[in-house]
Amino acid sequence: MNYIDSNLKVVGTRPIRPDGVDKVTGRAIYAADTRASGMLWGKILRSPHAHARIVSIDTSKAEKLAGVRAVVTSADFPNIASEEAFVGEGPMNFRDLSANIMARGKALYEGHAVAAVAATTQAIAEDALALIDVKYEVLPHVIDVDEAMADNAPVLHDDMFTSGVTPKPAKASNIAKVVTFKKGDVEAGFKTAEVIVEGTYTTKPVHQAYIEPHACLATYGSDGQITIHSSSQGHFMVRAYTAKLLGMDIANIRCTPAEIGGGFGGKTLVYLEPVAVALSRKTGKSVKMQMTREEVFRGSGPTSGASMDVKIGAKKDGTIVAVNQILKFQAGAFAGSPIGPGCMCGLALYDIEHINVVGYDVVSNRPKVAAYRAPGAPITSFAIESALDELADKLGMDPLTLREKNAARNGSKTHYGVTHSNIGFEQVLAAVKTHPHWKTPVKTGQARGLACGFWFNIGGESSANVHINEDGSVSAATGSPDVGGSRASMGMMVAEVLGISVDKVRTTVADTASIGFTFLTGGSRVTFATGMAVTQAAEKVVDELKKRAAMIWEIQADAVEWRDGKAFPAGSNAGAFEPLDLAAIALKAGRTGGPINAEVSVNAQGAGAGFGAHICDVSVDKETGAVTIERYTAIQDVGKAIHPSYVEGQIQGGAVQGIGWALNEEYIYNDKGQMENPGFLDYRCPVASDIPMIEAVLVEVPNPRHPFGARGVGEVPIVPPMAAIGNAIRRATGVSMPHLPMSPPTILAALSAAGK
Amino acid sequence: MAKSYVSTTINGESAEYLCEPQQTLLDVLRDVVGLTGSKEGCASGDCGACSVLLDGTLVCSCLVLGVEAEGKSILTVEGVAQGDKLHPVQQKFLEHAALQCGFCTPGLIVASKALLDSNPNPTETEIRYWLAGNLCRCTGYDKIVRAVQDAGAVMRGETV
Amino acid sequence: MILASGGSCHQFTGGRTEFDVEATTFRRLILELEQKYPGLGKQIEESMAVAVDGEIFQDAYLAELKPGSEIVLIPKIGGG
Ligand code: FES
Ligand code: FES
Repeated sequence: MNYIDSNLKVVGTRPIRPDGVDKVTGRAIYAADTRASGMLWGKILRSPHAHARIVSIDTSKAEKLAGVRAVVTSADFPNIASEEAFVGEGPMNFRDLSANIMARGKALYEGHAVAAVAATTQAIAEDALALIDVKYEVLPHVIDVDEAMADNAPVLHDDMFTSGVTPKPAKASNIAKVVTFKKGDVEAGFKTAEVIVEGTYTTKPVHQAYIEPHACLATYGSDGQITIHSSSQGHFMVRAYTAKLLGMDIANIRCTPAEIGGGFGGKTLVYLEPVAVALSRKTGKSVKMQMTREEVFRGSGPTSGASMDVKIGAKKDGTIVAVNQILKFQAGAFAGSPIGPGCMCGLALYDIEHINVVGYDVVSNRPKVAAYRAPGAPITSFAIESALDELADKLGMDPLTLREKNAARNGSKTHYGVTHSNIGFEQVLAAVKTHPHWKTPVKTGQARGLACGFWFNIGGESSANVHINEDGSVSAATGSPDVGGSRASMGMMVAEVLGISVDKVRTTVADTASIGFTFLTGGSRVTFATGMAVTQAAEKVVDELKKRAAMIWEIQADAVEWRDGKAFPAGSNAGAFEPLDLAAIALKAGRTGGPINAEVSVNAQGAGAGFGAHICDVSVDKETGAVTIERYTAIQDVGKAIHPSYVEGQIQGGAVQGIGWALNEEYIYNDKGQMENPGFLDYRCPVASDIPMIEAVLVEVPNPRHPFGARGVGEVPIVPPMAAIGNAIRRATGVSMPHLPMSPPTILAALSAAGK
Repeated sequence: MAKSYVSTTINGESAEYLCEPQQTLLDVLRDVVGLTGSKEGCASGDCGACSVLLDGTLVCSCLVLGVEAEGKSILTVEGVAQGDKLHPVQQKFLEHAALQCGFCTPGLIVASKALLDSNPNPTETEIRYWLAGNLCRCTGYDKIVRAVQDAGAVMRGETV
Repeated sequence: MILASGGSCHQFTGGRTEFDVEATTFRRLILELEQKYPGLGKQIEESMAVAVDGEIFQDAYLAELKPGSEIVLIPKIGGG
């Protein structure tokens, strides 16, 4: 059923989330809060070298330390063959994932796990790490993406032959893959261009920087049954990866999702769980592991840094005729940067006749990248949206008008071949135009920037069930970990369909043994796909309730109508009966056929793309290079906001992460390839005093594929900020800002290079 | 190493524990006392997830030793509500959706309460600077600041 | 039906990006392509999504093919 034009009572309101009280009183259980009797503590030894051959590992001294119960190395994990799969948030090669959680033969980045210990206390485990004797042969390393692509660069994997080029290269290199997307004839396109802008842009890897470090508790029973409590964006993902990396049966692994303290894509793969299981198997005890913040920085995430070239050609009237874009993405130590979406997203917003995009997936001696909100899109859009701003200036055109003129509409064909349908980009731009922020003249001493962003959004596999309890209250369960209030929106959709108030619905996240397979929480898919499953489950329950009422009344089921949480006779012909509410029907459930519940599994397709535009006013202190965000507005097509507060929260949070990416966040390496700022003091995420209120404006262009019209909202808001801020700084200083982060030293350097 | 005996008050009730001399108050609260509401985000004083009040002063419990709490009174997030009645800061965090993952929330609740106890009517800027030691990666702080403003109004008796 | 491919299919097709393929189900389509360009079918199953007349199907088997449908292969999409 479709509720897009119905009169909604619950969807669109702002109730308190069902897990709220637990979270404001400290009762909510995150992974690090779990305990098991007789539990041991696991700790990981990490490589101090950016690139080194592991000559030998002697664990004997560590094993002899009192309190140490086991040490594991890669020898304790099956050596699995190269196999691509799509379990997490991007193509993943299991062999690489295995080598990432425990180095095999070579350490490929500083922080790469080489061994792990289980001991009776954390302190003993840490002492034991120092007793493990690893002999390394240090190899030359490479950090920067352009350097990693150079002919004489140290090669990380001697079996990496660039795929996507013909003929297959004869020599191994750090270029894992080349992807190309072509539309029209870009050479011919540039011949018709009257104005051309060109630029080279770089971005740095940034960490997702969830405040909760990775943690898990694993128990391997002597019967081969395993339980895992962990913090992840998908407990089914944890189960699949753990089974694969340890060569175990999925049915023997039960994963329970702990509350998750932020993920943003960084918790879409495993680091600790298989190691904890291996330690538990060796010791016969439960093993708990949690990373320190330093380990999180050195050993997990981040997203790619990149180097990009952009050339845009346009007619004098602002029509963009041709774009050439080259993107080189850092994948970290193993192939798999988000180069595909990087090549697709930046130009998906515009209807352009001739496009040529070439992307390179490049490995170097950094941690393997993990997904981070709209993976690839913020990077590519920084380049495209910055170049567009320069183009607008050259044309003497307002940056909004330039975008309006070229905006993708329904029917626009993208360079990756997909034709847009049911998109709301024009509506977003119209909302920019009429917003008071855009209409208010810029204050003296400040400047304004505008940039836009796109994300596909995804659907995929989800399961949900809805139970009518004996007293008529309702329980709903899904397989989607709740990273930001999804229990509330799931409960609201159930309540809406059942016609009851939301506080009558209890929503939980069920473990892997208690609900059907559900793909992880990411790609902005939960409200869409799991929302679809839970809505359909509620509808099935309504059908059943009508049947039960019909039985009680001894009439036909189609003579029963469901309204406001009650069964009514459909018309006067159906008979004159007092309406039956949930409690009344539940009371007779046993006598009318048994418990009333439904479980639905879907593979949701047609997620509905999302578009956003951010407006930002800044002031720049030319003495210090410091940038102050004075005013910030984020406008986005959200389809339909199920719980508007949490939709706004996604937009505000994404925008502020983007502000950090734009202004401060970066990995700083020394000449040995070691990260020098692995803590929140020196890796500077935005704090409350850095930023103003973020006004989130919700544009609602319904997505016809979702029962309530919802689109994913979590990814888009991190796409525009870097260019929006860069464009504002450029307008404030008259100097282009092609390199992130635009931290005070970068800005001062750019100003002085420009003689300002 | 011999453990130290510490006698203190936690959330209004007298409490005693044994801890290692080098153990932080955060580890003591979480691993010895069993109060896991205070979170560890960094263990270096940079994220505020471990915020507690020590004799009324806001501290990062990861930077305080367990033994330093001797004779002092500790308030953790678990002690902010009165029985089942939420503190206005807690109530307003819920109403404003000032949490997403909730991991920063215990620290922010304690820090915000401390602010309003000492400054019942803070400006937006005062709130932002006071909370600058409490990282939140999810919300972008907007709703947190509004929740604190609104909680202040309730505590001043201006609204409910 | 027309099939266009972006991204990393070229290595199997000798650089061709547009083909005419006769198939009524996606399964058939993959088999046909695998026959013409060994390795491509596997590549599609493992790491490609498909857009049929503008709508993206992450799991291509679900896509319904009609005569004259425009089918585009794109890299599978994840997210954060
Ligand atoms: S854990 Fe104490 S400040 Fe981060
Ligand atoms: S709500 Fe997740 S860190 Fe603040």
